[in-house]
Amino acid sequence: MLKIKDLQVSINGKTILRGLNLEVNKGEVHAIMGPNGTGKSTLANVIAGKPGYHIDKGEIIYKGKNILEMPPEVRAQEGIFLGFQYPVEIPGVSMTNFMRTAINEHRKYKGLDPMSAGEFLKLMKEKQKLVEIQAKLTNRSVNEGFSGGEKKKNEIFQMAMLEPNLAILDETDSGLDIDALKIVANGVNKLRTKENATIVITHYQRLLDYIVPDFVHVLFDGKIVKSGGKELALVLEEKGYEWIKDESSK
Amino acid sequence: METKYNDILFKEKLVSLFNEHRRKIGFNDTGQMSALRDNAFETFEKTGFPHTKIEDWRNTNLKNVFAHNYNVLFEAQADKPDIEKIFQCNIHNFDTHIIALYNGWYLSEDKHLITLPNGTIIGSLAQAVKEYPELVEKHYNKYADINENGLIALNTAFAQDGIFIYVPDGVETYKTIQIVNILDRDDKLFIQNKNLIIVGKNAKLTFLHCDDSYNYNRSFTNTVTEVFIDEGAVVDHYKLQNLNDSSALINTTYFHLEKESKLTSNAITLNGGLIRNKSNVILAGKKGKANIYGLYLVDKEQHIDNRVFVDHAESDCDSDELFKGIADDNATAVFNGHILVRKDSQKTNASQTNRNIQLTDKATVFSKPFLEIYADDVKCSHGATVGQLDEEALFYIKSRGIGEYDAKLLLLYAFAAKVINKISVEALRENIDDLVKKRLRGELAICDMCVLQCKTQEKTYEFEIDLSKI
Repeated sequence: MLKIKDLQVSINGKTILRGLNLEVNKGEVHAIMGPNGTGKSTLANVIAGKPGYHIDKGEIIYKGKNILEMPPEVRAQEGIFLGFQYPVEIPGVSMTNFMRTAINEHRKYKGLDPMSAGEFLKLMKEKQKLVEIQAKLTNRSVNEGFSGGEKKKNEIFQMAMLEPNLAILDETDSGLDIDALKIVANGVNKLRTKENATIVITHYQRLLDYIVPDFVHVLFDGKIVKSGGKELALVLEEKGYEWIKDESSK
Repeated sequence: METKYNDILFKEKLVSLFNEHRRKIGFNDTGQMSALRDNAFETFEKTGFPHTKIEDWRNTNLKNVFAHNYNVLFEAQADKPDIEKIFQCNIHNFDTHIIALYNGWYLSEDKHLITLPNGTIIGSLAQAVKEYPELVEKHYNKYADINENGLIALNTAFAQDGIFIYVPDGVETYKTIQIVNILDRDDKLFIQNKNLIIVGKNAKLTFLHCDDSYNYNRSFTNTVTEVFIDEGAVVDHYKLQNLNDSSALINTTYFHLEKESKLTSNAITLNGGLIRNKSNVILAGKKGKANIYGLYLVDKEQHIDNRVFVDHAESDCDSDELFKGIADDNATAVFNGHILVRKDSQKTNASQTNRNIQLTDKATVFSKPFLEIYADDVKCSHGATVGQLDEEALFYIKSRGIGEYDAKLLLLYAFAAKVINKISVEALRENIDDLVKKRLRGELAICDMCVLQCKTQEKTYEFEIDLSKI
C-alpha cells in the first residue's frame, strides 16, 4: 500500500529525514517510535502533503502512485488520513458543516452523489457512538474550546467518518489521561480492517498496550535504524533510546 | 495659466449652484433651518472639501471622486420608476415597511408622510418639515456638527429631502422599517440627503438602510443621518451596502443616546467603489449601551473606510465595537475607532476590536484604534489585527479532502460569520448570510433589482447541503 524509498526531506535548509525507507501493507499496523526531534512528525506531515517541506530525494509510492506531487486534499481523497498531534481550532466552522463538506468531496472524487442530510446525520450518529464521542461536540466549531482529550477523540471521529485506507496517527496519545487513551485506542481498533493500514507515531510504549502493532520501527536521526515486532517496543520501554543511539553511532 | 484642482473646480461649481438656486433649495425651510443652511454654506465656503492632509481623511482620497461632472437635482424627478418593481425589494420571510428615496427624493404613490396605527410617523423629511415643524426643529441638526468636515457643512447647506421617522414614547414598532436608496439615472448624480430619526422614551425601532445601485453609472452620495434615542429606547440599525464600483458614498450618522437607551448598529458592506461610513455615537445619559458592528468585503480597486467615534459623555455606559473585513485584489480597507471617556464618566465599559484579512500583497489595510481616557475607574480594551488566512487551519481542512478554494471559502466565511451572527432579526440574518456567501464566491453582482431579492430568484445557499455551490 505504501512504499517510501530513500526519502530525504529538509525544511528551511535543515535536513530532517536522511534516506528513510518504509513499507506498509494493507491490514498492518506499524508503530514508529523514537526520541523527540528525530523526524517522526515530519514523516507524517510529508505523507499527508503539508506545505513547507522540501523533498531532496526519494519517493513515496501509495497504491502504486508517487504522491509527492499530489495536493493534500487529493491525497485525502485517495484515502490518506492524518491524525494531528495538535488539531487546529477553526472558529466559526461547525463540525457538522466541516465533516459534511469533507465527506461529499470524497464522494465527488469517487463519482458518487452528495450524501443527503438524513443519511449524513445517521452516519454521524453511528460513528459518534463508535468512537464514544458526545453529541455536543459535533454542534460546536471545529476543535474550538475543546480539551486536549476532546481534540484527540475528534481526530478519531473524523477518521471514522472518512474511513481512510491509510491512517497516520501523530502522537495521538500525547496529553491524554488513561481513560481518554483507552477510548481513542478502542476507536482505532474498531476501525481496523484487513483492507486498511495504520501508522501509529508515538514517543511512549503506553499506547501500544492498547493498539497492538505488527511492526515497530525506531526512527533516529532521520532514518529508521531498527525494525522489529511488537516486542521491540517493550525493549525500548525498558532500556530507553540510549542503546539505539549507541548502536547506530557504531 | 493657473491649473485648478478638481476639488476647487467642484467647490466653485457648488458655490455658484447654491447662490443660483438658494430660494429653491430652501423653499420648505423654517426660519431656523434657513439660518442653519446659510451658516453651513459659509462654513463650507471657508473649509472646502476634506483632503488627505487632514488626519481624519489621510487614508481616504476623494480626488478621483471630484474629477467628474455631476448633476444636482433641486426638485424631485417628474417621472417615477415602477413602484411595484421597487417594492419587490422585500426580504424573503421578512415583513417590512419599505420607504424609498429615488435619486435623492422621497418616493411615494400618494402621501409623503404616513402615520401607522401605533402612531409612528414615517416618510419624507421635507414633508415632515411642513407638517410637524416644531418636532423637526427640536432635533434638526442638533447632533450633526457642521464643523466636523466640509462635507457635513455642504450637506446641511444643500439637503432638501430625506427620510423622517418618528416613534412616539412607549411605542414599539415590531415591523422593521426598510429604507431603500435608489440611484437610477443616465447622468452622474451628486446626492445629498438628510435623514432624521427620532425615537421616543422607552420606544423601540428596527430599521434597515439599504444603499443599492441599479445600474453601473457613476454617482456621488453624501448623506447625513441624525438618530435621537430617548430614555430607555431601543434601536436596531442595519446598513446594507451594495453599490457599483463607480459609486462614491460618504455616510455620516450621528447617534445621540439618552439614559438607559440601547443602540445596536451593524453595517454590512458587500460592494462599492468608495465608501466612508462614519458613526458618531454620544452616550449622553447614564447606563446607555451602544453596540457598533461592521463587516466589509472589498476587492478590485474598491475602498472602504469605517470610522467610529464613541463619546462616553456620562458614567455607567457600555460600548462594544467589532469590525471585520476582507481586502482582496488591490482594495483598501480603513478602520479608525476612537473612544473618548470623559473625566466624570466612571464605570465605563468600552471595547473595540478590528480584524482584517489581507488576501493579496497589493491589498492595503489601515487600522487605527484610539482610546482617549480621562476617568480612572473604567474598563476599556482594544485590539486590531491584519493578517492572512491561517495556514495551519488551511492545511487541516485540506488534509480532510477539501480543496484549496473551498477551504479558503470556509475560513473566510467563518471569519465573517462573527459579525453576521450579531444580527438579531433572524430573517435578515439569514438573508445577509446568503448574500455574504454569494459575495465570497464572487457571484454577487449588482442586480437589476434590490439585492435582497436574490433569495426569491433562486434557491437558498447553504454550505451544508449543496456542495457544488461552495
